[in-house]
Amino acid sequence: MIINHPILGPRDAQEFTYLGDAALIDRPDWQADNAAEGFHDYLYLRDNPAGEHRELWFHEQGDRSWLVLTRNTVTHDILNVELARDVARARGRSK
Amino acid sequence: MRYSGLKVIKEALTGHKGWKPTWHNPEPKAKYDVVIIGGGGHGLATAYYLAKNHGITNIAVVEKGWIGGGNVGRNTTIVRSNYLLDGNGPFYELSLKLWEGLEQDFNYNAMVSQRGILNLVHSDAQRDAARRRGNAMILNGSDAELLDVSGVRAMYPFLNFDNARFPIKGGLLHRRGGTVRHDAVAWGYARGADMLGVDIIQNCEVTGFRIENGTCLGVETSKGFIGAGKVASCVAGSSSRVMEKAGMRLPIESHVLQAFVSEGLKPVLDGVITFGAGHFYCSQSDKGGLVFGGDIDGYNSYAQRGNLPVVEDVVEGGMALIPALGRVRVLRSWGGVMDMSMDGSPFIDKTHIDGLYFNGGWCYGGFKATPASGWCYAHLLATGQPHDVATAFRLDRFRQGGMIDEKGQGAQPNLH
Ligand SMILES: Cc1cc2nc3c(=O)[nH]c(=O)nc-3n(C[C@H](O)[C@H](O)[C@H](O)COP(=O)(O)OP(=O)(O)OC[C@H]3O[C@@H](n4cnc5c(N)ncnc54)[C@H](O)[C@@H]3O)c2cc1C
Repeated sequence: MIINHPILGPRDAQEFTYLGDAALIDRPDWQADNAAEGFHDYLYLRDNPAGEHRELWFHEQGDRSWLVLTRNTVTHDILNVELARDVARARGRSK
Repeated sequence: MRYSGLKVIKEALTGHKGWKPTWHNPEPKAKYDVVIIGGGGHGLATAYYLAKNHGITNIAVVEKGWIGGGNVGRNTTIVRSNYLLDGNGPFYELSLKLWEGLEQDFNYNAMVSQRGILNLVHSDAQRDAARRRGNAMILNGSDAELLDVSGVRAMYPFLNFDNARFPIKGGLLHRRGGTVRHDAVAWGYARGADMLGVDIIQNCEVTGFRIENGTCLGVETSKGFIGAGKVASCVAGSSSRVMEKAGMRLPIESHVLQAFVSEGLKPVLDGVITFGAGHFYCSQSDKGGLVFGGDIDGYNSYAQRGNLPVVEDVVEGGMALIPALGRVRVLRSWGGVMDMSMDGSPFIDKTHIDGLYFNGGWCYGGFKATPASGWCYAHLLATGQPHDVATAFRLDRFRQGGMIDEKGQGAQPNLH
């Protein structure tokens, strides 16, 4: 698989480490009433879809940026690549 | 279908025209006591033991493709009982004991071959870990021997003992481990279940569940609705896709694992060798092909095929360990979809929906579990209670803090 890095251009997937579902960006509120339940679901449950999947890749052998790929898990086609920073900001996760 | 030596000779002389199908191909009935989803090794074994051990024979195994087309026909056929943790050890030991008597039990040649498995060690730390694991195995009734370098050399003199990065310092030998002919396991269980009255329904995909007031009444399929007293899901890599139709999210990710087989060679490797540090393991099939593999590709996949970086990694591991492999040609490679769980251990449990049961999360090691998985799942379905050796395989174990994390990796499926 070739990952079209938003800054560096096309890079071999071998340079990256895979973390998992990009929903991991949405860390639950630890002060919420249902925090225990929220963290259980966050840590241990996955949608695991067959088809489009938004997921976190780390450019470990490269510029060490985190990316959010939209990838089809049935065909391995990569449909979109974003910087995880931009995605997290858009969701109000960081400043 | 029954076999005999006489029949083999007669068929050989008459052009093999008299063989009959090994199991029937019935149309589904309106209702069964138990509907098992998935005709892989685990689904078929469950049906067989439900009928044989518990006398429940009004059963259908509903398979979307053909029997043995899933992971049961794609794996590298290794069976072993070399687990460390209490939640796992007794379960896999029961499984190995069942393998030892399986062919007599279902009267079918599954080519069970206890040729021994050797896990190589390369450092003092790994030797300590191997010693600890070996002791845990012995405490759980399995067998283990710690070999020093000369012990390994006596078994496999052709290994590269002086690799600069991973010199071989010894190994943990599990003599009762070995290989079993994977297709024959599916066929043997299918034949055994069929003879006990189980309906094996192929080319029939489960597309949904009929759930009313918290009770599962049956399954919607490509051949119409099939009613069921109990529905038992057993679909390995498709677990999330199937259980999603019952509104469940699982502690599972699907990943692809690749395997390879070489051209046929004269006998060179009479056991199984694992080179964990180099992501490579290998055995030789009775046809002479070297059967080998390595790690999962590492990203979510339902593709049943992997990518080249892992091919390269596996082959490099093989070359590092057995330089003589260099001129061997690879005949085939393929991939299968693994139900990787959050702690690397499986589930055999009820769900929160009455009458709906779940079996899955077998990762890359569910073939060896086939007999015990069927045995314990049948026990749960028939009695409503988990079998003694499978009490830890609960779906809610993460909530309870009861993880069974053999590798100590945490909730990261691609590292198990
Ligand atoms: C390359 C590779 C190497 C492996 N090596 C080993 C090994 O050496 N040792 C070991 O112990 N394990 C190994 N494994 C793991 C082992 O193969 C699996 O854990 C095990 O086979 C899973 O159980 P099963 O046989 O029931 O699965 P499967 O054979 O996959 O059965 C599941 C069945 O469910 C069916 N299904 C799915 N969805 C539906 C639906 N909606 N309706 C109806 N049916 C459906 C599928 O078609 C399939 O036939 C390996 C796996 C792979 C891919």
